[in-house]
Amino acid sequence: MTGPFQFVAASYVIRICLERAHTLAEMARYLRTCSDASIFYHTFQSLETHHYTTFSSDFAQWILAACNEAALAERLGTLDLREYVSIAGLRLALARPVEEHIRANPQAAERAAFEPFHFCEAVEVTVPVAAEARTLAELAEGIRRLSLHTLHYHFIVSRLRLKLETNDFSFWIQHSLGNAKLAEQLNRIDFYTNTLDGVREEMLRAIAPWVQG
Amino acid sequence: MSDPAATLRAPSLDDYAAVLGEHEIAELREFARPLAGQRVKMVNSTAVGGGVAEILNRQVPLMAELGIPTRWEVITGGDEFFAITKAFHNALHGAPYDGRPEWWDIFLATNEENRRRFEFGEEFVVIHDPQPIGLVNARAEAGGHWVWRCHIDLSHANREVWEFLRPFVERYDGAIFSSPSFTHGLPIPQYLFFPTIDPLAEKNRPLEPEYVRSVLEKFQLDPKRPILTQISRFDRLKDPVGVIQAYRMVKKYVDCQLVLAGGGATDDPEGAAVLREVQEAANNDPDIRILDLPPWSHLEINALQCGSTIVIQKSLREGFGLTVAEALWKKRPVVAAAVGGIPSQVIHKVTGMLVHSVEGCAYQLRYLLSHPNFARELAENGHEHIKENFLITDKLKRYILLFLILQQR
Repeated sequence: MTGPFQFVAASYVIRICLERAHTLAEMARYLRTCSDASIFYHTFQSLETHHYTTFSSDFAQWILAACNEAALAERLGTLDLREYVSIAGLRLALARPVEEHIRANPQAAERAAFEPFHFCEAVEVTVPVAAEARTLAELAEGIRRLSLHTLHYHFIVSRLRLKLETNDFSFWIQHSLGNAKLAEQLNRIDFYTNTLDGVREEMLRAIAPWVQG
Repeated sequence: MSDPAATLRAPSLDDYAAVLGEHEIAELREFARPLAGQRVKMVNSTAVGGGVAEILNRQVPLMAELGIPTRWEVITGGDEFFAITKAFHNALHGAPYDGRPEWWDIFLATNEENRRRFEFGEEFVVIHDPQPIGLVNARAEAGGHWVWRCHIDLSHANREVWEFLRPFVERYDGAIFSSPSFTHGLPIPQYLFFPTIDPLAEKNRPLEPEYVRSVLEKFQLDPKRPILTQISRFDRLKDPVGVIQAYRMVKKYVDCQLVLAGGGATDDPEGAAVLREVQEAANNDPDIRILDLPPWSHLEINALQCGSTIVIQKSLREGFGLTVAEALWKKRPVVAAAVGGIPSQVIHKVTGMLVHSVEGCAYQLRYLLSHPNFARELAENGHEHIKENFLITDKLKRYILLFLILQQR
């Protein structure tokens, strides 16, 4: 593959689903039955909006703040999303700890949460844009100009689209430019504990020596 | 000192680049490109006063600038119609409903008169709130994609009123709510749009300190003593009397002043009565200013917010509470009720303080007055939170994306 990197403009509208969990038991049930888009939205997509809260996953944050189950929240909140390339795998990884917790602590199952958890999902929209990159310098310039939603699309959403433990930028750098080292370096950037602006800065710092050198 | 209004012009999209970054605006144009030339109609019930009119006032020209011609229409109705819709509004917020049987017919007849008055040929029609909800009757003939934008918290809606409105809602292609908790399990797609503020509007743009001082002087406020302010129209659901009670509890400890500033929306016939109740509750306290401001007082409201030590929004029910976003944008510490969309803006102890009672409000006011560094930190966080999630350009983008989604169906 030797084509240029094709940027898109990507963003999403949030759709409110019908499921509402008022207890941990309901949460366990809905984690098994809610849409794939909902699992994705409350884990991957919500990364954009959690600058201030303890956990980046909506599920973990609710279990902590509304159910006061700190240990369970930590189990869900510290799942390494980079290990999952399918929603089915991620769904299991989320549902099982909640089910185990309820079995071990039956009194927690039906206790009313302080506020319900409203399941939502993202309806993604992408439009092609004229911008493309043929060199690392052009890629860096493009990354600098991306909105946060589009950066999220190319760097985080792409993992599920590609069904690989990588992202659009690393994939292109490795396959079109043959630079496996930089591809890996970008892929190691921790998007789970960082803001998207922080991710962008780290990416540009990683690319800079290769452009200059 | 120059008159701040004198140099004002309506901001263009490029003016927002300074606030948001050029790439965000460029991307907005990319999303709008496939919709170029397609027409939108927005319909609500008041041209002045209230958050919806303010949003539309700015949103409509910006949509046009993106190449999407947008027409804003306001329904008309007599005093009786607006008294009925006010009763509906209160009932949807959870207040008791004691309507007469003929009210349903009066509501429907006024909607029908407006349907005949308007022409609907647009590709997208957005109907705001319950007052014009029956206009969806025009859909079969006019075509297009129809969306109902609900700015109200329906979580405690009166069943009788909701069951009357629900069949109309279900005939739209989708409904937009300000919070997931506002929804009612509808069979049509329900979308989440946070309401937004315009950072370049008169109400929110940066002001010269001299102008802020002059406004405080005009209203005989002492800038050396703490100023607590609630900005909202005189409406019982905003609990202005509760704010006075909280102020009195704070006043025992801190020599502060209270400002209750607002005005009446043209679709709110209760405003004058509530204003009288508030004046009675204030009981001629020389440190309470009750300001019934005309709808064009945006700069003065901006200055009052900027000059306040703490901004309060102690609503009992709330659609979203845009005054909270306005105060946070101006880096003011906020104490606000945990109702409606306010918890989306105020993350407790992070971007402000959430309260549930008059006593709680008074306590948090005292706490912030005693801990100014913490109050400043909340205000800084709050500003960033609004910048990332609650500015008008984000709203524009969401509408454009929704239209693209509806078009692809």
